[in-house]
Amino acid sequence: MKLLLKTISFLGLGLNIVPAILVFGAYMSPDTCKLLMLIGTVLWFGTAPSWMNKDKAAQVEEE
Amino acid sequence: MQNKKSLVARLNAVNEYEQEAIPGNKLKGWRSFLGTYAGEHTAGTEFVIGPLFVAHGASAIDLVTGLILGNILAVLSWAFLTAKIAVKTRVTLYFLLEKIAGKQFTLIYNLVNAGLFCFLAGAMIAVAATAVGIPFDMTMPQLTDVYPNNVGWVTTVFVVGAVTTVIAMFGFDQVSKFAMVAAPWMIMVFIAAALAVLPRLGVTEVGSFWSVAESTIWTGVPLEGQSKFGFWHILFFAWFCNMAMHIGMADLSLLRYAKKWQYGFSSATGVFLGHFVAWIASGILYSLFLIESEGSLTFAPGPIAYSAVGVAGAACVVIAGWTTANPTLYRAGLAIQSINPKWKTWKVTLLVGLFTTIAACFPALVMMLLEFVALYGLILMPVGAVIFIDVYLLEKMGLKPNYAAQMGISLNWSVALTWTVTLIFCLLLNLVVGIEIFFLGLPGWFVAVLIYIVSSKFIQRK
Repeated sequence: MKLLLKTISFLGLGLNIVPAILVFGAYMSPDTCKLLMLIGTVLWFGTAPSWMNKDKAAQVEEE
Repeated sequence: MQNKKSLVARLNAVNEYEQEAIPGNKLKGWRSFLGTYAGEHTAGTEFVIGPLFVAHGASAIDLVTGLILGNILAVLSWAFLTAKIAVKTRVTLYFLLEKIAGKQFTLIYNLVNAGLFCFLAGAMIAVAATAVGIPFDMTMPQLTDVYPNNVGWVTTVFVVGAVTTVIAMFGFDQVSKFAMVAAPWMIMVFIAAALAVLPRLGVTEVGSFWSVAESTIWTGVPLEGQSKFGFWHILFFAWFCNMAMHIGMADLSLLRYAKKWQYGFSSATGVFLGHFVAWIASGILYSLFLIESEGSLTFAPGPIAYSAVGVAGAACVVIAGWTTANPTLYRAGLAIQSINPKWKTWKVTLLVGLFTTIAACFPALVMMLLEFVALYGLILMPVGAVIFIDVYLLEKMGLKPNYAAQMGISLNWSVALTWTVTLIFCLLLNLVVGIEIFFLGLPGWFVAVLIYIVSSKFIQRK
């Protein structure tokens, strides 16, 4: 489950940078880029808090 | 009613060890600091500072070299000055200062400090409000605005201020968690926004970036009415924009949680992502805005980011504002709370949040941000110099460290004299010699060190 959440999170993060690179290379329109970045943002904030904060707590306990 | 009680109980339970050393089991790992610094320094201010460098006519080469060197100096200051003392003492700046300078001095210092923190947090709230106001077609502030001039602006600022304050009321852990999650995403959005608009500036391949940067983005020509920034301006600004936090020792409150002093180097994530990548990215965005708007005076990071990458850009401005406003409000709350430790942190933060939100209504806070940031560091710097000497040098010189606590006095005149004379010296350097505010911190620190040593010798022997 955690692996799935992490995968979705990093997919969301990727959707925030890859489309902009494609716009720079003239492979994508700015409007598509904006939509994909919004989807990426929702994916990131929808999944990252559930594993990032748990990872942090586990790390503190280990130390 | 039950919910209300449990909320108050939860808020009362927030214990941030303001008046004691951090216990060993509460120390945090390096990842916590990486996230906190990256989140805190990739902030709403970056959407203002990067554009102001463009407005001040920084050239591309001055910007890049000045930022690299200035940021390295800032990281070294955090690690070798702040983190070493934080790990050695494990207490907040306010607690340590009370032992050195006495309660009376700490009271005045805390009020000044809290006021400055409030204004900084206020600027963040104002920047976030420029994005929140987009769907409501809010009239955006202009570079020349000083006072609040429309109801939509004031209402939006109050909504953003209320949310920021509630988050800060729940303490450092909540702020740290929020910053950790938001930081990687914010960096991506900053970079993406700049990349997505580069073709509109005429950059169609990586190789043509530098020539466009020199000829179109950072032209070296300031906007009308703005002073010219060169290499030294950039270097000193990058080094001293967080002077209050490192040389001024405000980050003792944060780094006292570090297991090792080397965690101070984690500030590199903040400065190189926030004060390098993000300043360059926001400068690119503003430069495009100036070209496409034919020199409009509107200065609103929200719409500029929205124009570049849509809703994600506007959300980034809001969240970037929050991630800086939250810890800044928390610090202001600590500063006020140390005046009377019986006051609950959350109640103090609520009051501080209200004051901050009122300050955020004034657009001048954003438009004069470079000068304010420099002044803020300068005012708090002498106390950092005092702490440095007190921790490392006084005992070796046969003098008493923590003089106020050892003598049971409420005012250590050595500290009061150091603060006052240093600031008068800096003011004279500015008014009489004409040295700009960005450069005053360095000579000021050495003067503060000298005055504190001499006055301590004189007062303690007397």
